[in-house]
Amino acid sequence: MGENIFKIDEREYILPGSRACQGCGLSLAYRHALKALGQNTILTIPASCLTVLHGLYPITSVEIPCLNCTFASTAASASGLVAGLKAIKRTGLTVVAVAGDGGTYDIGIQALSGAAERGTDFIFVCYDNEGYMNTGTQRSSATPPGALTTTTPVLTKLEPKKDMLKIMEAHSLPYIASVNPSYPRDLYEKFTKAKLFKGTRYIQIYAPCPPGWAYLPKDTVKIGRMAVETGICVLFEIENGRFRFTGRSKVLAKKGKRLSVADYLDAQGRFRQMSRDQAVQLQQSVDEKWEEYVRRAVE
Amino acid sequence: MTDNCQILTGNQAAAIGVKLSGVQVVSAYPITPQTSLTETLSQYIEGGELEAEYVRVESEHSAMTVCIAASTVGARVFTSTSSHGLLYMHEQLHWAAGSRLPVVMCCVNRGVGAPWSIFNDQQDSIAQRDTGWIQIYCRDNQEIIDTVIQAYRIAEAVYAPVMVCYDGFVLSHTTMPVEVPDEEAVRAFLPPYKPHTILDPHDPRNINPVIFPWRRMDAEGCLRDGYMELRYKLQKALEEAKPVIADVSRAYGRIFGRDHGGFLWQYRLDDADVILAGMGSIATEATMATDMLRKEGIKAGVLGIRLYRPFPREEIREAIGNIKAKALLIFEKDISYGYEGALCSDVKAALYGSAVQPPIHDFICGLGGRDVKASEIADGVKASLNTVDEGDSRPQTIWLNCRKG
Amino acid sequence: MEDKDHHISAMCKPAPGEAGKTGDWRDVRPVINHEKCTPFIKKKPSCFLCWLYCPEGVIRDTIPVQIDLDYCKGCGICAEECPVGAITMVSEGKHDG
Ligand SMILES: Cc1ncc(C[n+]2csc(CCOP(=O)(O)OP(=O)(O)O)c2C)c(N)n1
Ligand code: SF4
Ligand code: SF4
Ligand code: SF4
Repeated sequence: MGENIFKIDEREYILPGSRACQGCGLSLAYRHALKALGQNTILTIPASCLTVLHGLYPITSVEIPCLNCTFASTAASASGLVAGLKAIKRTGLTVVAVAGDGGTYDIGIQALSGAAERGTDFIFVCYDNEGYMNTGTQRSSATPPGALTTTTPVLTKLEPKKDMLKIMEAHSLPYIASVNPSYPRDLYEKFTKAKLFKGTRYIQIYAPCPPGWAYLPKDTVKIGRMAVETGICVLFEIENGRFRFTGRSKVLAKKGKRLSVADYLDAQGRFRQMSRDQAVQLQQSVDEKWEEYVRRAVE
Repeated sequence: MTDNCQILTGNQAAAIGVKLSGVQVVSAYPITPQTSLTETLSQYIEGGELEAEYVRVESEHSAMTVCIAASTVGARVFTSTSSHGLLYMHEQLHWAAGSRLPVVMCCVNRGVGAPWSIFNDQQDSIAQRDTGWIQIYCRDNQEIIDTVIQAYRIAEAVYAPVMVCYDGFVLSHTTMPVEVPDEEAVRAFLPPYKPHTILDPHDPRNINPVIFPWRRMDAEGCLRDGYMELRYKLQKALEEAKPVIADVSRAYGRIFGRDHGGFLWQYRLDDADVILAGMGSIATEATMATDMLRKEGIKAGVLGIRLYRPFPREEIREAIGNIKAKALLIFEKDISYGYEGALCSDVKAALYGSAVQPPIHDFICGLGGRDVKASEIADGVKASLNTVDEGDSRPQTIWLNCRKG
Repeated sequence: MEDKDHHISAMCKPAPGEAGKTGDWRDVRPVINHEKCTPFIKKKPSCFLCWLYCPEGVIRDTIPVQIDLDYCKGCGICAEECPVGAITMVSEGKHDG
């Protein structure tokens, strides 16, 4: 495989001319994730923006086999692929399920919890664009407080964001990672590493979405970076229960200082109706979470 | 091959059928009265009698999903369920059929809530009529084991899923003598499954994506199907399944000595004045009612319907057309609320425009396990004949054995 | 060409341009000033952050850096991320008429 100065595979698995929006954070993350996963992968994806990125019949933009499944069934679909491959004695393939936050935190959580509890040998990837984007930016349980969505159009989302990473940790998985496309090498390394484990692995991608979050497409990488600088998104991995900061979050943890979430909130139109109280509360909960991570961090 | 007769429940018979069929992936979720079937399969798999993967999923939705994905990969798959489990699968039933996967499932028929009932009727599978599955209704445990084996050959020939339906408790938990087919003979009867799907890293495909209403050019410049063409192909597949089902039934009969009648079966029908029609064990009950009625001088006969989808329209027309019966009485354990029983509607539609159109009464019976004795069926027949004899030939829906008002 | 499709279910084959020539989506186009571009100046592979961050994978990490304008959607991330300002987004001059 041809590698470059980043030690990232040169091959593009997403062909140019996909249907994803300009500046889509999912596109960027997926591009590097597929490079890391490589050819010997079988994907399964539910209804989502990713379905659209993969393309409409009879053409696909992605050069990796993929089985589309219904919205709630992603992890069960992966279980079926794993069982089927085992039954027909096909080896050497990594089964990877990729779903949005709706397909993970909400409608897909039952199947995901089931597959994880069974220790199904696959990687579950959640790209978290913090809402139901495919259907036009509705609220999900991953939507942060204070965000306007088409189903929280006046009052903004009033509840905190669900901590899906923690829920997955409660399943005692061998490998859990949080990644962000503004840090492609960190993302690439984690996907490469995840392949080495057996059992259920969970990777959550923080996935900025220009139309859904109301910012300009050119700012996707900037927004992602700000999320890490503020601690809204924390880069880490949990290997057999051992928590470790990685990349920029590791540097921030050493330095002990982060930006205020206000900068992050101001950069996105979706927070324009957020109240001061909500912003203060968000800052508090980000700080608490950060402290919890710092306490747990090894090294 | 009469040396292997065993006393089996319907669920045991189904489990043995699955084992003999060399199923490679089983995935199921417990629900009464299906549970003992999947428990038996767990036993076979953990005990090494059946080399298969058993995925103990957290829901029926997932059970069907596992079957869909494993079948796409190229494994022979099985699941079974009842009642709410089947309703919970509904979305996936469409997905399996739309994907043209030869999934085989046993539906152990049970009523649906609210309120809860664990007892038998056929509302669960009838409610899945329009999902694109082939549906076969069995009348005894022998037919269950034979139909499960045949189902794989049918499903894999036409690339459509098959639901083998049989009545909960009445068959699932009742023992009967069953001839167990020889394993080698079954292997010879069932060629290995050849998937039509391609899941190959060196020839990557995106399976079941979003599709336009219109046809669209592929990269090589070929115009490909739109949504509607694919739906037409599924419809065609089910229509074309009919000769396949008939052939499979005959081929099975030649090897194993039992042919369950293909689409329909008859009991004392040739000279009948009144036809009792139904599916599953209620039709068996009707045969006993027929014997009683014949003793009283009423020439009754039974038209058993084994194949419900694809619906054997021509065969039903022919069977009924051949007999100059005074009345056609449908006995069914389901209701399409606000109209009548689904089977009755289908039979009426089949007879549309035919020369022979006897008055039709629809008996809704046995819902939620309400007892239906042969004598009660016989009484219903007599009452209907009276109505018809009095010159009233209007269609009627009669709730048998049910207090009204 | 007539329908030669024997597929009984929907299975897609990969091809570029599933959504058409997505270059048509652009209002602004990235233009590289190679005289400012680090790998071009140093004559050896370096930087390539535009390659790293392009969500479409339409930038080639060659010397000089190349952009496939047939498919570049004009998001402007490359220009934003280029550390030396070698890429500018220039209006396509399209008018709605
Ligand atoms: C059972 C079911 N309910 C609803 C839908 C409609 N639907 C399709 S995609 C989608 C939202 C997906 O949201 P998410 O998983 O967050 O992915 P995103 O679109 O943000 O990429 C919804 C609600 C569906 N396809 N199936
Ligand atoms: S809506 Fe958001 S996540 Fe979906 S394709 Fe567009 S940018 Fe990407
Ligand atoms: S980011 Fe700028 S300097 Fe770096 S390679 Fe691209 S154009 Fe050249
Ligand atoms: S980053 Fe955006 S503007 Fe730059 S080349 Fe890629 S698609 Fe075009």
